Amino acid sequence: MRENDVILQTVSKVAVFIILTFGVYLFLAGHHNPGGGFIGGLTLSSAFVLLYLAFDVETVNAGIPLDYKMVAATGVLIAIFTGMGALLFDSAFLSQTFAYFDLPIFGKTELATVVLFESGIALGVVGVVVTIIISISEDV
Amino acid sequence: MNNILVFPMVLPIIAGVILLFFRSKPAIQRWGSILTMIAVFAISLWILFQVMDQTILRLNFGEWAPPFGITFVADAFAMLLVTSSSLVSILCLLYAAFAKDEKREKFFLYPFLLLLVAGVNGSFLTGDLFNLFVCFEVMLLASYVLMTLGGEKRQLTEGIKYILINILSSWFFLLGIAYLYGSLGTLNMAHLSQRIAEAGQPPLLTTISILFLVVFSLKAGLVLYFWLPGSYSALPTAVSALFAALLTKVGVYALFRVFTLLFYHEPSITHTIIGLMAIITMAGGSIGAIAYTDLRKIAAYNVIIAIGFILVGLAANNEAAIQGSIYYLMHDILVKGLLFLIIGTVIYVTGKTKLDQASGLITSYPLLGWLFLITTLSLGGIPPFSGFAGKLLIGQGALEAGEYVIVAAAFLSSLFVLYSLLRIFLNMFWGETSISQKNRVILPKGMIAPCLILALLTVGLGLGMGVVSPFVAEAAHVLMNPEIYIEGALKDE
Repeated sequence: MRENDVILQTVSKVAVFIILTFGVYLFLAGHHNPGGGFIGGLTLSSAFVLLYLAFDVETVNAGIPLDYKMVAATGVLIAIFTGMGALLFDSAFLSQTFAYFDLPIFGKTELATVVLFESGIALGVVGVVVTIIISISEDV
Repeated sequence: MNNILVFPMVLPIIAGVILLFFRSKPAIQRWGSILTMIAVFAISLWILFQVMDQTILRLNFGEWAPPFGITFVADAFAMLLVTSSSLVSILCLLYAAFAKDEKREKFFLYPFLLLLVAGVNGSFLTGDLFNLFVCFEVMLLASYVLMTLGGEKRQLTEGIKYILINILSSWFFLLGIAYLYGSLGTLNMAHLSQRIAEAGQPPLLTTISILFLVVFSLKAGLVLYFWLPGSYSALPTAVSALFAALLTKVGVYALFRVFTLLFYHEPSITHTIIGLMAIITMAGGSIGAIAYTDLRKIAAYNVIIAIGFILVGLAANNEAAIQGSIYYLMHDILVKGLLFLIIGTVIYVTGKTKLDQASGLITSYPLLGWLFLITTLSLGGIPPFSGFAGKLLIGQGALEAGEYVIVAAAFLSSLFVLYSLLRIFLNMFWGETSISQKNRVILPKGMIAPCLILALLTVGLGLGMGVVSPFVAEAAHVLMNPEIYIEGALKDE
């Protein structure tokens, strides 16, 4: 018997976008303020988990056809390869750098290579958290 | 800056993660992981020769200078262990590739084996206590998965115990790190060593050192080995060989590092306790090794005896004894891998796990029989095999230190090792054959090849003592003179 979850589904449809935006904000804020890849990743994955709770696994999987194990693996690869990338510039493993650019809309903007590394972390976290939640739900 | 230092840890991780994408192609999984480990072995050999040239190599991650950033520090001791553990992992992976355990291969057996090796290599190389904790966790998380992979009932019961005990000890480890950071304000091992020397290791720091002793003893199976025999005997052959060869050795490595580099000012307290623990471990291991008839239990108790034996060298705490321990560590990494592979192969061909359930195997499998005899002699410390050099030097060093009781216990335990394994040999390989020709299980050549290579290596390590001894002497020299390590780990580049 399926309970009536119209309210949950309606709220989720809106809330998911708010959570996703907040996740991206946290991810980008992380360079100078609290936030970053790990926390941003956790927030992003909570949006996915909310979707899985509000709708069922099949519906969400049909909408977002991703193998989350592979998302996690891609994230880890990105993180390691950005660390290895420093080797190409003859600096130590995991070295990072940043510079200021004048971008058309944002004006003077700081761009840092650490964002690439953090994006790997974020993907890794999203992949692992969603994989764990889906595996637990399969058990029941 | 020596970026090469990070490769023994990063290459297995990269390969492991890439292999996740090839889940349905077992051939790529098998040969990809073997090739990766061959590359890691070659790189670590190269670093070992560099280290002989320059004593200490260091890499500052992200170019943060020590003691602020995390460093990888390679000395001869660490590199000898990285090299031998990479070598034994190649052979265990080769065995796994021919054992073709498709049920486990499908669920990422090889990626997790590679991650385990990455954690082990990272633990050997790191120069930072907290990073050591992280590398331990990488290794342990991979081992939790390998422990339960396959989901047999026995694995799950033993897996729960294994995970609980390791989580507890990790928690103690973290606690010890917090105490140390609270009292000394640094976690870089070379910097810690300096500050402990400045403070003269007061009782508070000695107490903290005991906490580390407990933590690493749990990982190494020193006295606190109750979890070990059960969990090691629940595993598939290749995995159990890798566990026996590597996991406890990381704990032993940490004990050596911590009690020669950091807490070496109060040997009358710490090293005496280590000596007592070594005796208890050897006694307990010996009793276990002759009490059981289950092959895998006997092999697991042999792991425990060896741990006690290696730590006799640390308890004696002089250069000869430490050299002996390093020899014995390398020997034990190779030969415990060999022992578990052979035991697994015997169980594979007979389908029996107890030593009185089969006999006369040597008529059907002569090579396997003789390899087992070589393993037995090597573990017993009979020349010209590799166990001899280590036992000789440990004995010599411990006598120099005047530790007569420990020496007596150590050599008595060698007799128990010899007896427990000869018992298997006489019962299972000797005598009337119990397998008829038509029921004979065909032993794939690929499964016996890694055993053969390992047996050749133990002979080679025994005969080639002259080739290895400069490396071991250098490693022991650095361990006994912490200022060399500190100088290399902290100096400006």
